[in-house]
Amino acid sequence: MQTDKTTETRMDLEQVRAQLRKPRPQLKGRQATDKALAEVRALTGLPPPGGHRRDLLIEYLHSLNDHYNALFESHIVALAAEMRLSVVEVFEVASFYHHFQILKDDESAPRITVRVCDSLSCSLAGSESLLHQLQLHMKADVSVVNAPCLGRCEQAPAVQVGQQAVPRATLEEVVRRVTDNQTTPLDLPQALRLEAYVQAGGYQLAQRVAGAEHDAESVLQVLESSGLRGLGGAGFPAGRKWRIVRNQPAGRLMAVNIDEGEPGTFKDRICLERDPHRFLEGVLIAASVVGCEAVYIYLRDEYHEARVLLTQELAALQADPPCALPRIELRRGAGAYICGEESAMIESIEGKRGAPRLRPPYIAEVGLFGRPTLAHNFETLYWIRELIEQGAESFVAQGRHGRKGLRRFSVSGRVKVPGVKLAPAGITLRELVDEYCGGMAEGHALYAYLPGGASGGILPARLADVPLDFDTLQPYGCFIGSAAVVVLSASDSAREAALNVMRFFAHESCGQCTPCRVGTDKAAQLMAQASWDADTLQDLAQVMGDASICGLGQAAPNPIRCVLDYFAHEVGRP
Amino acid sequence: MSTIEFSLNGQQVQAPAGKSIFSIAKDLGIQIPHLCHKEGLAPDGNCRACMVEIDGERVLAPSCCRSASSGMKVQTDSVRAVKSQNMVLELLLADMPDQGYKWLKDDACAPHGELSQWVVARGVQPREQLKALRREAVPADLSHPAMAVNLDACIQCNLCQRACRDLQVNDVIGLAFRGAHTQVVFDMADPMGESSCVACGECVQACPTGALMPKTQLGAQSVDRAVDSVCPFCGVGCQITYNVREEKIISVAGRDGPANQGRLCVKGRFGFDYVHSPERLTVPLIRKPNAAKDPAMLAQGLDWREVFREATWDEALDIAGGRLLGLRNQHGPKSLAGFGSAKGSNEEAYLFQKLVRTGFGSNNVDHCTRLCHASSVAALLEGVGSGAVSNPVRDVAQADLIFVIGANPTSNHPVAASWMKNAAQRGTRIVLADPRITDIGRHAWRTLQFNADTDVALLNAMLNVIVTEGLCNEAFLKERADNAVELKAHVQHFTPEAMSLVCGIPADTIREVARAYATAKTAMILWGMGVSQHVHGTDNVRCLIALASITGQIGRPGTGLHPLRGQNNVQGASDAGLIPMMYPNYQRVNDSSAHDWFEKFWDTKLDKDPGYTVVEIMQKALAPDSDPHKVRGMYIMGENPAMSDPDLNHARHALASLEHLVVQDIFMTETAWLADVVLPASAWPEKTGSVSNTDRMVQLGLQAIEPPGQARADLRIIQDLALRLGLTWSYPGADQGMASVFEEMRQAMAAAIGGITWNRLLRESSVTYPCLSPQDPGQAIVFDHVFATPDGRVQLHTAEIITAAELPDIDFPFVLITGRQLEHWHTGSMTRRAQVLDALEPAASASLCAADMTRLGVAAGDMVAVTSRRGRVVLQVRQDEGTPKGAVFIPFAYVEAAANLLTHAALDPVGKIPEFKYCAVQIAPSIPG
Repeated sequence: MQTDKTTETRMDLEQVRAQLRKPRPQLKGRQATDKALAEVRALTGLPPPGGHRRDLLIEYLHSLNDHYNALFESHIVALAAEMRLSVVEVFEVASFYHHFQILKDDESAPRITVRVCDSLSCSLAGSESLLHQLQLHMKADVSVVNAPCLGRCEQAPAVQVGQQAVPRATLEEVVRRVTDNQTTPLDLPQALRLEAYVQAGGYQLAQRVAGAEHDAESVLQVLESSGLRGLGGAGFPAGRKWRIVRNQPAGRLMAVNIDEGEPGTFKDRICLERDPHRFLEGVLIAASVVGCEAVYIYLRDEYHEARVLLTQELAALQADPPCALPRIELRRGAGAYICGEESAMIESIEGKRGAPRLRPPYIAEVGLFGRPTLAHNFETLYWIRELIEQGAESFVAQGRHGRKGLRRFSVSGRVKVPGVKLAPAGITLRELVDEYCGGMAEGHALYAYLPGGASGGILPARLADVPLDFDTLQPYGCFIGSAAVVVLSASDSAREAALNVMRFFAHESCGQCTPCRVGTDKAAQLMAQASWDADTLQDLAQVMGDASICGLGQAAPNPIRCVLDYFAHEVGRP
Repeated sequence: MSTIEFSLNGQQVQAPAGKSIFSIAKDLGIQIPHLCHKEGLAPDGNCRACMVEIDGERVLAPSCCRSASSGMKVQTDSVRAVKSQNMVLELLLADMPDQGYKWLKDDACAPHGELSQWVVARGVQPREQLKALRREAVPADLSHPAMAVNLDACIQCNLCQRACRDLQVNDVIGLAFRGAHTQVVFDMADPMGESSCVACGECVQACPTGALMPKTQLGAQSVDRAVDSVCPFCGVGCQITYNVREEKIISVAGRDGPANQGRLCVKGRFGFDYVHSPERLTVPLIRKPNAAKDPAMLAQGLDWREVFREATWDEALDIAGGRLLGLRNQHGPKSLAGFGSAKGSNEEAYLFQKLVRTGFGSNNVDHCTRLCHASSVAALLEGVGSGAVSNPVRDVAQADLIFVIGANPTSNHPVAASWMKNAAQRGTRIVLADPRITDIGRHAWRTLQFNADTDVALLNAMLNVIVTEGLCNEAFLKERADNAVELKAHVQHFTPEAMSLVCGIPADTIREVARAYATAKTAMILWGMGVSQHVHGTDNVRCLIALASITGQIGRPGTGLHPLRGQNNVQGASDAGLIPMMYPNYQRVNDSSAHDWFEKFWDTKLDKDPGYTVVEIMQKALAPDSDPHKVRGMYIMGENPAMSDPDLNHARHALASLEHLVVQDIFMTETAWLADVVLPASAWPEKTGSVSNTDRMVQLGLQAIEPPGQARADLRIIQDLALRLGLTWSYPGADQGMASVFEEMRQAMAAAIGGITWNRLLRESSVTYPCLSPQDPGQAIVFDHVFATPDGRVQLHTAEIITAAELPDIDFPFVLITGRQLEHWHTGSMTRRAQVLDALEPAASASLCAADMTRLGVAAGDMVAVTSRRGRVVLQVRQDEGTPKGAVFIPFAYVEAAANLLTHAALDPVGKIPEFKYCAVQIAPSIPG
């Protein structure tokens, strides 16, 4: 075969070309049809005088995907023409995000897509067999697919029917909702809405900060003395970040990360669904102190209920603003864990593939649309009002084992009462389970735990007395990240957990850099083998950890190393 | 720039701040593996093969993307850095197929291009455990005639995407999907051959591993020689390298020339094999005694052997020269005429016009410039005193606004278009004004799809806005322009509202664009034949000159006037005097001092009267015998008027009527069919010579291969014919005396190229003129202080609205617009014999918009007959929404449906250019049978 190709003579090539010699009745490449253009326009509206905004591409794709339950190729071509983009610029974005299903024009879209979470906590709760049962049970017009963490680990196994969440899903319950066509987000009756929030004293602080009654410097000092750190996982001191961005040239922007995708993490969703304005007040204070002219809130697509709530409450806020508001835009993710990485999120807000950027330059200097950007996790902002109202001292007074402050732990797995636990920083796993989770689940004994979601590594029960906080777990090859604690029992295996998270990383790798793209994929395959090839896995771990562009690839080796260090007996090693 | 000092592998190093660690290391001879990094493309840092260790940093850093800073301690060769570098190579190699597509030289054991190179250098061997997990093979995509796509050898390094999108801005290639499924795609993961790919080949040039390859160079990469030359197609003047193996050109690579920086288009990169076509003329031919010159035979696909017999060179030259001489002696000098070629070298053009002027004894010499930019040149000579561009194309990078009018640069000057698109990416506003919206339109800030034939209305309205809103650059007008008052008065009544009714562009849009042009810090005008090929072509250009002048948008970087020249040497051929009214360097034949100078220089009597132009010569060929200026004999070198002239039935009839026609060409062209003697010539890669591009760069091409059979270098043929005409020329030296001819030309054109000697050209390979002394680096931008007019000031001229010579009516309701398309060049004599180009565009087409197709009851792909008062062609409908309602576009490269059978020979009164862009036609479905 190869020899044939490389020795192709002129005559051979002539034949090849003769076969390819076809007159073209149209211009090169796919052309938009009038029908598809009309269908796209019906959803996007006509382009404004300056043309459609490039950064709204993903929003438009959502409009099409929601309406047609899929993205049809002719619509992609038409949308490209409408946005004056090339077809590939739309296709490469659409194909990056898991929630966009691209179909040929002669294919038919599923009536409903059922997503079954296959991340660790749901897997422990039997999601795999649920998936199989559903796939057997559903008719052809329902698509049943596995999905990475839906952010409902406390409700495992979690399922989504269309845009409706099904907590603690059973076959019967999912079938019922599918049959009843219950696919829209459920209401959140317990949410504290604008009127109630204001009545309880909300937005007074934001007003004072906006009106300079509460000066920016004192806000910054509170943040600094509280030691508040970014709660998305990286833990950068919030006060310092505010100062850095504040000192950048004008035109500053803010990007809020609610792409809570780290398996095991659900604290942002819980808080958002209960008290959205506490978060928005934090946004307003941050924008005011740092001087951001616009705020982009990036919400993961899995949180449909929260999106409906946030959309309503933003509208309410804008209708009755407590102070001058910056421009606030709510943006919808589309199924990509990597977009929780701040620079990938920024790319996604710009309507592009969620590929992390190389740093430097840092986001604070060159971020969204090339402007200085304050990027924050949801929870960090959620803390702002309380910290300023209560003062840094009361926050710092909390803590255990020499650590200071409070942390929100998302606890799931083999505990009696999973959920979000507001607990002292530095608490140990054993204390957390016993004091906050009602102990281990019935019949389960502690075997191991993941202190920081999929990325944070896996520790054995003998290390259950290590304080959980930033910087305390590094000596053990782990980190706390977003404080997502998944508890394993003697009926589970660390190796299965490690394989689950490595498959997750391979699934969620953006594919940009070699170590992560190839490394996660090969590692997942090697980790499925009965006896691990430790040398190769260690080499993979090293190149992923040392040479990947972003935190995903750099943290991906943690489960490998932890299993080799703490659970070698499970993988055929001495 | 400040200098920083840092430690590199333990050594203290100084380097400019901001320079990448990779580049610094490279300069010091330190090798770091790299795959996704290529000079000229933005670093991306994705392959991670170039990772280095920086003291105090948690992880390694990509040296291609990281600049060194003061005090930094960097190690490229630490155990940790080397581990990652080698692991990246190993991971990539383990996923590669055993056999690859881009061998190191002839080594099939090192089959993956740059990846193999680093793997060999590092001695990396992929372990079996990883090879066992090799990714799933993907089938090859061989759907494109020129390029093979083998994604099993792809390392997702993204270079092809950057080449396609950042450099060429063709926006076809992307990386789609995610993770290990990340895949290079064309459009929507379509086969390359069915995608919107325009085959510029920038991706294959960038691909480090051979996943994207020219089909002619799969496998072994070694060549017998690589010869530097210039692209033989359009006027952009891209520098190229011919790769020759076993005396055949097997591929063409883009060279880092000043006009192209390594970029090429489909013609330049894949259109080279016409030289090896079996249809090449290899023996001199003489028409058989009783073979009639019947133009109708062109449609019959006859074998030339039925009409011609083979002859020796001596016999052919004797007959060719002898009969021309006979006609001259019998009927006088004006009975002969010559068409030179814009496809030949400067030296050939110079000798050709010298042969006509001194051997035929008249100024009846012209070439295809008459058909493309004659009106532009006329208006420019009158207005600014020079027919060439004021600023090079790449000045668009300095422009805040680019006004493109009557041009389709993405098809006809693709590499020039790439610079415009690059500028647009950086925020420059492009305004496209054209009745047809072509690909550049997607990159435009505003598109003005004005009614065909209404250029003057649109441009006068813009002038009106600028004058009435006080946006003139009065200082510029006062110091540097004549007739400004008259111009201002003239445009008063061309209000946007009034002109909007004529040109179809809303008055507010005219205002917006006029203001933007006038107030831009720098604005540049580029135009093509949409402007020039009208009976009011000269007026159109006068308006453009006025626009640039009253706003002072000329004489500075990023401003000026740029007529995009069509052919690779149309600039040089015009400069060299292939024009009936001018000697070399535009010295008028009726200017007595020029006349006297050349009589002395050439040591012969010269005709004082300007000669006839292309279309006039055709008319004179059909003149009655009583006409003392009747043209009876012609010498045509490398031109194809039987395809390129308007109203072909008439032109072909004229050629057939000649008593003696000598055609010198590389193929049996439609013109050669009507010849008495056909002389087999050399193709561009078969000879050494210089050509001048649209930017006024004189560039050198070296001979890469020998001409086939008995075919000869054109310079020799001209000299041999001169000898038969009784001229006693002597051009000693290699390459048929190339250097001697160039030296004579340099003396005749001292005011332009006096500083460019042949040796300098050999040394520098590209020199821009005016270049007046050996020290002169060449002036890329002219008119910075004075114009080339007698008083040094720009001469402003007014233009009235004149309509096309033939307007649509009830019988012929459509407007025919002719032109070119990306793959075919001029009359197609070369490109239609290039296999890739032929495969990509094998058949003639008539572009219509959907609305007109519906009106006519035809579908895309249907055959239609297009008929004018002069002729009829049958061809396939192509749907193109860029074509305006009521118009049809037909490229003129196809002999089987020659667009010029339909066109009108009406001439611009000044430039004598025919109105190729406008005539009336009717369209009807064609029923087969």
